[in-house]
Amino acid sequence: MSEQRIIPARNWGQWVIAILLIAIVGFLLAMVIMSRHITWSAIPQYLFDETILEGIKLTILFTVLSMLISIVAGGVLAMMRLSPNAIVSGFASLYIWFFRGTPLLVQIIFWFNIQLFIPSIDIGSIHFDTNSIITAFVAALLALSLNEAAYMAEIMRGGLMAVDSGQQEAAKALGYTPTQSMLRIIFPQALRVIIPPIGNQTISMLKTTSLVSVVAAQDLLTRAQNIYAKNFLIIELLIVASIWYLVMTTVASSLQYVIERRLGRSTSDAPMAWRAALRLLRAEGSNG
Amino acid sequence: MTQQPEFTTSGAMVEALDVRKSFGAHEVLKGINLTIRKGEVVCLLGPSGSGKSTFLRCINHLERMSGGRILVDGHLIGYNERHGLLYEMSGKELARQRQDIGMVFQRFNLFAHHDVLTNISQAPMLIRGQSREQAFSRARELLKLVDLEGREDAYPYQLSGGQQQRVAIARALAMNPKLMLFDEPTSALDPELVGEVLAVMRKLAADGMTMLVVTHELAFAREVADRVIFMDQGVVVEEGPARQVIDAPQHERTKTFLRRMH
Ligand SMILES: Nc1ncnc2c1ncn2[C@@H]1O[C@H](COP(=O)(O)OP(=O)(O)O)[C@@H](O)[C@H]1O
Ligand SMILES: [Mg+2]
Repeated sequence: MSEQRIIPARNWGQWVIAILLIAIVGFLLAMVIMSRHITWSAIPQYLFDETILEGIKLTILFTVLSMLISIVAGGVLAMMRLSPNAIVSGFASLYIWFFRGTPLLVQIIFWFNIQLFIPSIDIGSIHFDTNSIITAFVAALLALSLNEAAYMAEIMRGGLMAVDSGQQEAAKALGYTPTQSMLRIIFPQALRVIIPPIGNQTISMLKTTSLVSVVAAQDLLTRAQNIYAKNFLIIELLIVASIWYLVMTTVASSLQYVIERRLGRSTSDAPMAWRAALRLLRAEGSNG
Repeated sequence: MTQQPEFTTSGAMVEALDVRKSFGAHEVLKGINLTIRKGEVVCLLGPSGSGKSTFLRCINHLERMSGGRILVDGHLIGYNERHGLLYEMSGKELARQRQDIGMVFQRFNLFAHHDVLTNISQAPMLIRGQSREQAFSRARELLKLVDLEGREDAYPYQLSGGQQQRVAIARALAMNPKLMLFDEPTSALDPELVGEVLAVMRKLAADGMTMLVVTHELAFAREVADRVIFMDQGVVVEEGPARQVIDAPQHERTKTFLRRMH
């Protein structure tokens, strides 16, 4: 048999679109680069500015804390939603409905201004000034966590429901109490389903934290805004912030990729996936 | 409720009194009465949908009865009786009762995220408070009993159905139950794997375990069961010594069912 030359089919339409895209992107880039109104030297100057780096720290802190709080709260809400008690599950539904149905930005501003209608908290003889407790940091963290908990609850509920009902039956039949069966049997298996979307939510949270700049919570965007309020290098500092957001989400995405690859996709891998997840959790715990 | 609380004569392991169960308007159990003596092996036969699984699940209160009562080793299952009223038990109390009743499922239900050793030893450690050494050495003993020595580290997905079911039996036995319930333990198995599971059950029967077995394995029932109960449409149609019911059924419905089985 002789070698047969094969000419692959050409899709001219795709080529036209590709060339158009290159032209448009090139034009936009050229417009930005040649703009006389951007002080390019300001970008490397502010990229590692101490204030900016402090802001990054806070953005990461907001992300990590709000994810941790919302995972715990979301887990509780998910179990409440699955409760046979109508009031308990109704409360969880109401919570999820409310926090998913109102804008996060409104929730942030609300928590920041809570002293307007609850000026102080008195428990017996103990007296708190709301203003001194609900700082911008606390308001921002509260808003991010409570809002995220609603989404997390739905993710966890999906994970819990994905575990075969026979697993719980077997645990019950052996004499596991409901709590033991949840902690030892159901939840560990639900993790496999829960971890990938938690990854997505974490990446999304890195960017969502920028909303807390409306209450000047000192995150990355707040710091960038503070700087450009003084020197008017608005675009330059937004570029600096964007570079850092891109760095953080890219790192987080690669981490997620590694985790998900180790978790594996096939069901036959479930126990391996579980061990891999545990290993990762432990490794992360000891590093951070 | 018309039944008086009846306390067992010491020989009974299970006493079911007028057990009823409805799912909505569908009455699945229509007043089941039966007694299983200690050390007895009883096979429960009947066509699909006749309520066999539902009845078995009432015995460890995986299913809430609509009426009647069940006593296991003299203890009322699922309820506390006070002032003539039945109060359903809390999750913890139910768990305590279920510790003594082993159950083997048609679909094995091994814990998918645990290896074989953990599957067998977790409950004894967690629930019975056994030490790790104690629970592990007992688990290894049981693995020997079910002919799976050396498979401690395997995960369920690495085992055949027959092997999984034998681990499931070992897992139930690790709690030292006084009663074992089997719900069609070989129905999900390839034909060539049925024998190895039945062999383990034969050993258990020979060791004097009290067993209630839902099965379609007539040869096993004839050989191992002390008694066979035939159920149809939520009632006990016929019961008696295994050979009598299987080889010389009295009731027309039993005859029809057994004819179809061959
Ligand atoms: N959870 C349930 N909800 C509604 N109907 C059920 C449920 N479980 C069983 N049934 C019905 O009860 C009847 C008896 O079922 P089952 O006890 O599984 O029978 P068997 O084990 O003898 O095949 C069937 O008609 C089945 O559809
Ligand atoms: Mg059945």
